[in-house]
Amino acid sequence: MRLPRPVHNYLVRHAQVALNSLGRLYRTPFASLMTIAVLGIALALPSGLYLLTGNLQKLGAQWDGGANLSLFLHKSVSVSQAQALRKKLAQWPEIASVQLITPEQALAEFRELSGFGQALDLLDDNPLPAVLAIKPGAQYSTANAAAALTEKLRALPEVELAQLDLKWVKRFNAIVEIVQRAIWVMAALLGLAVLLIVGNTIRLEIQNRREEIEITKLIGATNRFIHRPFLYAGLWYGLFGALFGALLVELALLQLLDPVRRLAGLYRSSFSLDMLSAGELFYLLAGGAFLGLLGAWIAVGRHLSAIEPR
Amino acid sequence: MIRFDHVSKRYPGGKDALQAVNLHLPTGSMAFLTGHSGAGKSTLLKLIALLERASRGQVFLDGENLSRTSKRRVPMVRRKIGMIFQNHRLLFDRTVFDNVALPLVIAGYRHQEIGRRVRAALDKVGLLGHERAFPITLSGGEQQRVGIARAVVNKPKLLLADEPTGNLDPDLSRDIMQLFEQFNQVGVTVLIASHDLDLISRMPYAQIHLEQGQLQNTGEVAGV
Repeated sequence: MRLPRPVHNYLVRHAQVALNSLGRLYRTPFASLMTIAVLGIALALPSGLYLLTGNLQKLGAQWDGGANLSLFLHKSVSVSQAQALRKKLAQWPEIASVQLITPEQALAEFRELSGFGQALDLLDDNPLPAVLAIKPGAQYSTANAAAALTEKLRALPEVELAQLDLKWVKRFNAIVEIVQRAIWVMAALLGLAVLLIVGNTIRLEIQNRREEIEITKLIGATNRFIHRPFLYAGLWYGLFGALFGALLVELALLQLLDPVRRLAGLYRSSFSLDMLSAGELFYLLAGGAFLGLLGAWIAVGRHLSAIEPR
Repeated sequence: MIRFDHVSKRYPGGKDALQAVNLHLPTGSMAFLTGHSGAGKSTLLKLIALLERASRGQVFLDGENLSRTSKRRVPMVRRKIGMIFQNHRLLFDRTVFDNVALPLVIAGYRHQEIGRRVRAALDKVGLLGHERAFPITLSGGEQQRVGIARAVVNKPKLLLADEPTGNLDPDLSRDIMQLFEQFNQVGVTVLIASHDLDLISRMPYAQIHLEQGQLQNTGEVAGV
């Protein structure tokens, strides 16, 4: 497909300006790298913490006993009936596993752990009910889903009491939520910092090129023509800043990778840290480029119109 | 090409730079604008290039009433004019070629076209072969020629020059004036502000004399 000539010319001109702006950054490598490093750090902090909380959530979901449900059955329910119920519940999609603890097993365990062994011998019959210990599936381990599942189980005729041990799940989720909200606040502030850094860099650039801007205005340059290289400079700053930020995040995670694996091994868990996914990398780069462009746009709007040739 | 109709310009602070100036410069003519420093020469040129706006009266350029020109159209008006300055106003971080090419780049010419026209303009001012040089390595006269090449490269209908020979010795000044004559001979309207009375009195062109913002002669320049 051939583009119409005006469109083609327009695109060629944009490509030229984009490359020129890039060349300008390249010609002042030290100053450019400083700016890019600052932007990279500002972008790496929220993205790195975002990744960490993502990993924490994954850890929470993996954690055995994330939400534990205990079903205490009526005393009238026999062991074979309890077995049947266990089989039935194991088929439920919400439930990852069901374990039956018969009254005899419960008594034996209690005798062993409680130290009341001799006192228990005085009892005529076993006072303990059969218990089904249930682990919900990963998606049903959240506080709300687990509570809904508990309600459903409580309605079964064999069940006398359904108890959900949610406390620590709730606490863990609450903590993660607070951390996540804090990260959003921090991301907003650091995003603002990126805007200001790019804006200030572009402002200095405009001041340095004041003479050039006046001359080009004198010989008939439109505002758009004059704005373009500065907007591209902002875009490049943002993009390279984000790239550098991604690099910092990956390097930091690489440092953590081995110790975390070793720790997980000690807990017999196969947990491993997630690095930046392709999608997350894309969002980081796009976000950085957008913030850079926006910062340049603000600076250009504020400072370029003030320059008129004399 | 240029017509001033009772044009006055008062700067903030109350200084009257121009007072009720009437002026007509036909297409294809060439004229000198003379007067002491502060007589209003620069202001008059600035009004034509829309660097300033008239306080009263109307300025016409090529039939367009400049007092009605919107801000967005200002660049288009300036593209019709080739401007030359006493201090050249070149970009010192760019080569001669890039300096001369700037008006064409701004106007969005194609790459091959730009190369062709820039070389033609440099040839006309006698600087072909200096494309890769940086302006700082050139003499004052050569820098001014680069400025002229930049002014004529996109073939404007009007050339405005503000003291183009102000910093040059008499020989170089004469060369520069001859260049302007050559452009005038191919139909470009030329208006040159200068106080080099010695030089311009020997040239057969109209003189528009300003004194304290007022025109001292009729301001009617004969057509060609």
